[in-house]
Amino acid sequence: MSTNGSVIRIIIDGKEYLSRSGVYLIDVARENRIFIPTLCNISGVKPRGACRMCTVSVNGRYMTACTTPVSEGMEIKTNTPDLHDLRKAILEIMFVEGNHICPVCEKSGNCDLQALAYRFQILVPRFPYSFPKRTIDAENPLLVKDHNRCILCKRCIRTIKDEQGRSFFAFRKRGHKLEISIAHHLKDHLNKEIAQRAVDVCPTGALLKKESGYNIPISERKYERTPIGSEIESLKQSVIGDQ
Amino acid sequence: MAQKITIEPVTRVEGHGKVTIHLDEEGNVVRSRLHIVEFRGFERFIQGRPYWEAPVLVQRLCGICPVSHHLAAAKALDVVVGAGTGHGLSHTAEKVRRLMHYAQIFQSHALHFFHLASPDLLFGVDADPKIRNIIGVARVNKGLAVQGVMMRKFGQELIQATAGKKIHGTGAIPGGVNKNLTEEERDAFTKGAAPMNPGAMVVWAEEAIDFFKQYYKKNREFIDTFSVFPSNHLSLVRKDGALDLYHGNIRAIDSEGKVILHDVDYQEYFNYIHEEVRSWSYMKFPYIAELGEADGWYRVGPLARLNTCTFIPTPLAQKEFEQYKANTIGKPNNMCMHTHYARLIELLHAAEVIRDLLNDPDLQGNELVRRGEKKHEGVGVIEAPRGTLFHHYRINDNDQIEMANLIVSTTNNNEPMNRAVNHVAKTMMTGKKEITEPMMNAVEVAIRAYDPCLSCATHALGQMPLEVSLFDADDQMIDRKKKG
Ligand code: SF4
Repeated sequence: MSTNGSVIRIIIDGKEYLSRSGVYLIDVARENRIFIPTLCNISGVKPRGACRMCTVSVNGRYMTACTTPVSEGMEIKTNTPDLHDLRKAILEIMFVEGNHICPVCEKSGNCDLQALAYRFQILVPRFPYSFPKRTIDAENPLLVKDHNRCILCKRCIRTIKDEQGRSFFAFRKRGHKLEISIAHHLKDHLNKEIAQRAVDVCPTGALLKKESGYNIPISERKYERTPIGSEIESLKQSVIGDQ
Repeated sequence: MAQKITIEPVTRVEGHGKVTIHLDEEGNVVRSRLHIVEFRGFERFIQGRPYWEAPVLVQRLCGICPVSHHLAAAKALDVVVGAGTGHGLSHTAEKVRRLMHYAQIFQSHALHFFHLASPDLLFGVDADPKIRNIIGVARVNKGLAVQGVMMRKFGQELIQATAGKKIHGTGAIPGGVNKNLTEEERDAFTKGAAPMNPGAMVVWAEEAIDFFKQYYKKNREFIDTFSVFPSNHLSLVRKDGALDLYHGNIRAIDSEGKVILHDVDYQEYFNYIHEEVRSWSYMKFPYIAELGEADGWYRVGPLARLNTCTFIPTPLAQKEFEQYKANTIGKPNNMCMHTHYARLIELLHAAEVIRDLLNDPDLQGNELVRRGEKKHEGVGVIEAPRGTLFHHYRINDNDQIEMANLIVSTTNNNEPMNRAVNHVAKTMMTGKKEITEPMMNAVEVAIRAYDPCLSCATHALGQMPLEVSLFDADDQMIDRKKKG
C-alpha cells in the first residue's frame, strides 16, 4: 500500500495517470483536465460530499470524487451514461425542490447550478416541482438570504469564518425546513468584504448583496464567457500527469 | 327575447378576452363589454422581493413591450435610491435608456403598422382573413412586408445593444444603467449597410406615413367616422409641452382641448388618478379623480399623445404633426382610426430621435449609476408604445417591496376600448338577430386601433380566433359561431 504523498498510478476513464497518494480524486482529475461537476466542493476547503454531483465509479463502486483520496491502482470512471444520468437527476431534484426562477435571478449567468443545468441540457425535470413555501430574509443590512434558492451545500458555512475560525453562517431548523442562517453572535462583525465573499462562494442566488444587482451586462457574465467546466478542460496538462 | 352575444377571442398573451353584446327584446344593443384577464398577480408576487429586482422581474409580464416595464420600474426605483426623477441620472444613463426606449417604440409601432394594421388597410376590414394578414401583404406588396420585418429587426438590435437582450434584458438598474454603448456597438448601426442604418429607417418611416395618407385620401369617410367618440386624453409631456415618450409631467385635456390636468408631477399620480373595479372584468378602470368615474375616463396612446402635446421636437415628425393637426383644425382628434396615423408620426419621431442619439458622444460616457438619499417609495411613469404606463413601489426598511401598483397602458384604455366596441355594436348590430362577419371584423378593428396586447397575439397571421355565442334572456346559449 502506498504511503501518503508517494507517487502512484491510477486509471481514469481508461487512461493511466501518475499522482500522489492521498490527493483527492477531484483535484487529480482537475489537474489532468478532466472536469467532474460539483456544487458543494471548493478547492482548499475540507470537502463534505454534500451534493453528490461528483459521484464517480471507483473500482466499480460509486463514490464522491471530492472526498475520495486516490491510492495505487484505482480504476476510475468519471463519465459513463449511468453517472451522467445520476448527476442530471441530482440537478433536477435541486431544481424541483427549491424555487429557482432563473429568468429573473440576478445570479443568472454567474450561477453554478444554472450553468450545470445548461451543461446537462436540462429542459424539463423528470420530477414534479414541489413549489415549497420559502421565505426571503432581508433583515441583515448587507445580505439578503433567499431560501428559495439555497441548495444547502454548506459552502458558506465551511468557508466564511472569522479569525478564530468561527463560521458566520449556520444551519437552523430541521428536515425539509432546514435553512441557512447568519450566526447571531457574529452578525455585527459581518462587513462588506465578508458579505461579498459569501455572495461569491454561494453557487446559487441564495445569498445576495444588498442594494446592488444585475451590474454585469448580459453576455459578460461568468458562464456566458466561459461555460462551466471549460476552464478545467482547457487547462494545461499537469507535469505529473504528462509523464 | 333579450339576448346576449359573446365574441370570444382566444389569445396567448393575456389569457383571453371576450366581447359580450347585450340585446333587448327588439334586438337593440343595450350594452356591450370587453372582458380582459389582467396581470394582478404580478403586484402580489413581487411583494417581499428585493426592490432592485423589480425592473427585471416585472418586465416578464409582457413579451411584447417588456422594455417599457423595465424602464418604468427602473424610473420608480431611481427615486428610491435617491437618483431623483427623470434628469437625476448621468447623461450617459439617461440617454442609453432613451435609446432603449425609442428603439422599443420604433419596433413596436413598426410591428403594429406593418404586421397588424396594414392587412386591414390594404385589403379592407371586410376582406377574407385568409388573405387579410402579413403573408397576404407580402404577396401583393412585398416591399412593404420586408420593410416591416427590417424595421422591427433594427429596433430589436438596438434594444439588444442597450439592454443586453432583445427581450427581457437587464440594462436599466436603479439609478442608471449597467452598460454604455461602445463605439463598436454604435458603429454597427451608424455605419450599417443600407437599409440597416438610422437614415434609412427615417426614410422608411416617412414612406409608411405616405402609404397611410394615400389610403386616407381614398377612404376618408371610413377613417373619419369609424368608432368616433369624444373623450379625455392623457399622456406625459415635456416641460415645454413637447412630445416626450421617456419622461415628463402628466397632462390631460378634454375632448375640446381644455386642460384638465395641468402638467402635474407623476410622483403624485394617485392624487389625480383613481381606479374603479367592476365586477365583470379583471381589468380596472382608471379615471381622473376630479371628474369622477362617469366622466373622468380617458384615452392614452398615440392618439392621446398627439392631442396633449404642443409640438414634436424633431423636424420631420413636426411637419407631419402640423398636417395631421390640420385635419381637426388644431382641435383634439377623437377619431379612433386616426390612431394609426398618429402611431406612424411617432414612428418617424422615434426614427429621428434614434438617429440623433446615436451621434451623441454621451452614450459612450462612463458614469453609469448615481445614487443619493434613499427613499421608501417611488413612482415611475413612461409613455409605452400603447400609452401611459405607471409603476409605483413602496419598500420596507429591509429593502423589500411591500406594495406595488401597476397601471398598464391597456388598462388606461379599458373604458375607451369598451366604448369603441359599444359604438361598433350599436352601429352594426342594432336590429340584427345574428352576428355577421363584417360585424365581427369591425369589433376586431376597433379593438386593434388601441393595440392592446391581445391583438398582437391573435392577429399576427390574421387569424383572430373568435367565438360568438348568442344568449337569450335566461342566459341560455341559442347559437354559436366560430372563426379563425
Ligand atoms: S446559502 Fe448558498 S452557499 Fe450557503 S448553503 Fe445555501 S446555496 Fe450553499
